Amino acid sequence: MANLDLTQYLDYALIAMLVVVGIAIIRMKNLFAIVMLTGTYSLLSAAWFVSLDAVDVAFTEAAVGAGISTVLMLGAMLLTARDCKPEGKARHIVALLVVVITGAALLYALGDMPIYGDPNSPVNAYVGMDYVAMTPNDINVPNIVTAVLASYRGFDTLGETFVVFTAGLGVALLLGLGGRKEEEN
Amino acid sequence: MMPPHIVLRVVSKLLIPFIVVFGFYVHFHGDYSPGGGFQAGVILAAAVILYALIFGVDAAKKAVPPSWVRIGMALGGLIYAGTGIVTLLMGGDFLDYDVLHPDLSHKSGQHIGIMCVELGVLTTVTCVMLAIFYAFAGRTPDISDEDW
Repeated sequence: MANLDLTQYLDYALIAMLVVVGIAIIRMKNLFAIVMLTGTYSLLSAAWFVSLDAVDVAFTEAAVGAGISTVLMLGAMLLTARDCKPEGKARHIVALLVVVITGAALLYALGDMPIYGDPNSPVNAYVGMDYVAMTPNDINVPNIVTAVLASYRGFDTLGETFVVFTAGLGVALLLGLGGRKEEEN
Repeated sequence: MMPPHIVLRVVSKLLIPFIVVFGFYVHFHGDYSPGGGFQAGVILAAAVILYALIFGVDAAKKAVPPSWVRIGMALGGLIYAGTGIVTLLMGGDFLDYDVLHPDLSHKSGQHIGIMCVELGVLTTVTCVMLAIFYAFAGRTPDISDEDW
């Protein structure tokens, strides 16, 4: 139990840092700094996911959130101004209201959440345990996440691949692929 | 005149091959360790994007032409769905990898099937990320030296 308690404090520290970065993002006006801080936010959440043993999710968060999306935001930022315009007070109040209501709803729902690591929680009780039990015989692959993603739920991942393809297609149709310069010459 | 950002250029020239190798490691080791086609695709795309950031988008477009990216986006989905079609033709269900290899005791068919569909995911993800980056970068003037 002593080990468990220690990692718990690491989680608290990471969440506190996430909150600090979040507040810093709200208070800043310089878009470059904000983009960099969103990258930091992703990296911190990736560290937190590692601490929660969700290594595959952490990997994706670090690569997509801290890597690619930061670069894409920088690219988008270069097309617009470097500082954001100050907003009127009325907008602040509406935003605050939305945040408070959402926060209250989440706090209200918190009571129904299973305790972290609870073996009887729905995630651990039903089909998840079946995958853990069946993977060594069915797939014979040590990484159960890969087994679920690519084999048991291969059809879902096929759909996800086409979602990514559709996203690329949408951007290509709207903005082109950036190959127009060569085509003109 | 000395090219600007000499440290960035030298360091990234050294790092990019390792990033690519790491991307392929994440892909081919996805059965045993965290990661898979999606993460590997993002890492490979990140390597090319880093190259584009340091050496300019035109140099990156010479290394990975936009026409390849355009083809790869669709090719990945084709590889994935094609694996399903192959299993259908070999007498199994759609995406039922067991029929791909007769060695059922080691589940070799599953290993082959997972590798094939992950290759499809890798191709699509790499190319889509690059396509989005090229689309944005094609509209942006190159970052001037004062803005670094």
